[in-house]
Amino acid sequence: MNRIDRMFSQLRKRKEAALIPFITTGDPDIATTEALILEMDRQGADLIELGLPFSDPLADGPTIQASSQRALRHNINAKDLLKLVKKVRRKTNIPLVLMGYYNPLFQYGLSAFAKDAATAGLDGTIVPDLPLEEAKDWIAAAKSQGLANILLVAPNTPADRVKKIARATQGFLYYVSVTGITGARTELPDELSQGLNGIKQLTNKPVAVGFGISKPAQVSMLSAVTDGIIVGSAIVKLIEAHTIKQGNDLKAGPDLVKKVGEFIGELKEATKTGY
Amino acid sequence: MNKSTNHQITKSPNNSGHFGLYGGRFVPETLMPAITELDSAYRKARQDAGFKKELNQILKHYVGRPTPLYEAKGLQEAVGGGIRVFLKREDLAHTGAHKINNTIGQVLLAKRMGKTRIIAETGAGQHGVATATAAALMGLKCEVYMGRKDMVRQSMNVFRMELTGAKVIPVLSGTQTLKDAINETIRDWVTNVGDTHYVIGSVVGPHPYPMMVRNFQSVIGRETRRQIRQLAGCLPDVVMACVGGGSNAMGIFYPFIKDRGIRLIGVEAAGKGVETDFHSAPLAVGSPGVLHGAMSYLLQDRWGQIKGAHSLAPGLDYPGVGPEHSVFKDSGRVEYAAVDDEQALQAFRLLSETDGIIPALESAHAVAYLKELAPSLPKGSIVVINLSGRGDKDVATVAELIKGRTDK
Repeated sequence: MNRIDRMFSQLRKRKEAALIPFITTGDPDIATTEALILEMDRQGADLIELGLPFSDPLADGPTIQASSQRALRHNINAKDLLKLVKKVRRKTNIPLVLMGYYNPLFQYGLSAFAKDAATAGLDGTIVPDLPLEEAKDWIAAAKSQGLANILLVAPNTPADRVKKIARATQGFLYYVSVTGITGARTELPDELSQGLNGIKQLTNKPVAVGFGISKPAQVSMLSAVTDGIIVGSAIVKLIEAHTIKQGNDLKAGPDLVKKVGEFIGELKEATKTGY
Repeated sequence: MNKSTNHQITKSPNNSGHFGLYGGRFVPETLMPAITELDSAYRKARQDAGFKKELNQILKHYVGRPTPLYEAKGLQEAVGGGIRVFLKREDLAHTGAHKINNTIGQVLLAKRMGKTRIIAETGAGQHGVATATAAALMGLKCEVYMGRKDMVRQSMNVFRMELTGAKVIPVLSGTQTLKDAINETIRDWVTNVGDTHYVIGSVVGPHPYPMMVRNFQSVIGRETRRQIRQLAGCLPDVVMACVGGGSNAMGIFYPFIKDRGIRLIGVEAAGKGVETDFHSAPLAVGSPGVLHGAMSYLLQDRWGQIKGAHSLAPGLDYPGVGPEHSVFKDSGRVEYAAVDDEQALQAFRLLSETDGIIPALESAHAVAYLKELAPSLPKGSIVVINLSGRGDKDVATVAELIKGRTDK
C-alpha cells in the first residue's frame, strides 16, 4: 500500500478528513518550500500538493499565476522539484504529490520522470490539463513506478464519465468544487454538498474537494461530506503577504513559515469537527 | 510520400481529435463537456443543408465573397524571373481580413447551440474585430481579451470592437500578447462554460477547433482553385501564405493538399532572426509540446516553459502553431520558411508601391518570401499568395518605424 492509500485508510479509522494544502515549489525560494513542507506536516497536514510552476497556467486564477511567476524568477523546474522531494523525504513520511501542467512532464520524458519521481519519493501527480483521454501514456508510465495519477472531475462532468474517471484515478478522486479556475472564494456553491454526495455514490475511492476553499468553517462543513479538502490559493496568499523584497529578489519574511503553520493547524482542527 | 500517408492527411483528425502525434484535447476537465458538445453540434451542422445555406448567404452578401483573385502585375515585374503572381484578396473581405470566414461560421453555430455570450482572444485585433462584428450581426453579447501591449499597438482595432458593441478586456498577465490573451479567454470559458461559446481565431486549441476553423477557412482555397482555373487555365505551381497560428495558410492550402505537384509554402515570422530569442517560428526551430489544449510545435525551453514570441506583425506573435501544420511539416507536404521583420517591412512597402495594395504586416511576410523564392522558379510559374489582410491597422506602426529611421 502506498503512502496516499495508507493515509486515507488511517484517517477513515480516526474519522477525520484529510487536509491537503497546496504550495508552489520555489515560491519565493526552494529553502522556504522545504521549511513549509516540514512545518505543514508538523501542524497536521495529511498530504501536500507541490505546484510545479508553469509559464501558462490556464486553470489557475491570479493568486497561483502570481505565485508561479515568483517561482519562475529562479527558473524552478521539474528537476529542482524532485531534488527537493528527495531531500525532505529523509525527514518526513507525508505523501507528496506534484500538481503541474503536462508540458513540463512531457519535455522531461514520461518514463524518465516517473522513474526519477519514484526514486525521489514522490507519491503521485495531478495534471489539470491532462483529461482521461490524453492521460493513457502518463498513467502507464506512472503505474510502472508505483506513482498515483490523480484525475479530476468537475460539477458538470456527466455521471457515466465520472464513473470512468473514478475507475482510472489512483490515490483519490479530485472533485473541482466550482466550474471555474483556482482561487479563494468567500462563498462556495450551495449545491456543493449535494454534488459531493452524488460523486460519493459513484465511487468507493476517496474523494477530495478543491478550488475556492479558504476558511476553517468551510473545511469543517466539507469534512462531513468528503474524504479530503484541498486548500491552495488561501495559503499561497498568506505566503505572498509574508514575502519581502530584498534588492531585486524576493525572500521569506521572518513570520512566513510560522503563519502558514498556524493556518494549517486551524484548518486541520476543522477537519476533525465536521466529519 | 505513399498513398497511406496521403489518406491520413486528408482524413485527419481522428475522432479523438488527433492528427497523428499532434492535436488532441489537453484541457481542464470542466471544459470536456463543452468541447464534446461543440464537436457534435459542429458535425451535425455540417450535415445540415440549412446551416450551409445560411452560412453561404452571409458569406456572399455580408462578407463579400468570393474575394477576388488578382494578378499583381506590378509585383511580378518587380520580383522578375518571368513568373505570374496572383493575390487572393482576403484583405477585401468585410473587416479587412480572412478572420471573418471563421467567426461568422462559429457565431452562427453558437447561436444554433443556444449560447448567448461570445468570447474571443485577439492579437492584432483582426480576429477580435471579426468576432465582434459577427456577434453584432447575430445579436449576441461579445467580450474580447487582448494583451495590453497589443491594445497599445493596435488601438484602432480596439475602437472598432467597441463600436460594434463588444467589450475589450485588457490582459495584464505574462507577456501581455496573444498567448496570454488565449490563457485568459480559456479561464473565462472554464468559468462561464454554460452560456458561453469561445470563438478561437486560428487552427489552434483543443479538438474540434483546428478541424472546424480549417473547414470554415477552406472557402479561401476552394475559391482560389476555381478562380485560377478561370484566369490562368490551370492550377498554380506554388501557393504561399504567412503562418502564425496558421488559419489563413490552412484555409488556402487545404483544398490543394491532394495535388501533389503543387508546392505549398508557409512563411513564419523570423522576427529579429530565428537564431535570436526574438521570433515566432516554432515550425522552423521549435519542438513538439502542449500549449492551449493541443500538441504541436512550440517555442519552449528544455524544461517545457513556453517562451515569448516576437514579430513586428502582432498576428504572428505566437509561440505555437496549429497541430495540422505540424503534421504537414513532418510529412513534408508543406514547406515552411521564415522571413524577418525587416524583410516583411520592405515587402509591405513594395506591394503598396507596385500595386497600390497596402498589405497587413502579417501577409507581407508571404510577399517577402516571394522575393527569395522567385529566382529559383522556372519561367512562367504561377504563384498564388494569400493576402490575408489589409494593412490599415499597421500604418501607424510602420509610419513610426520609418520616422524613427529618418530621425536618426
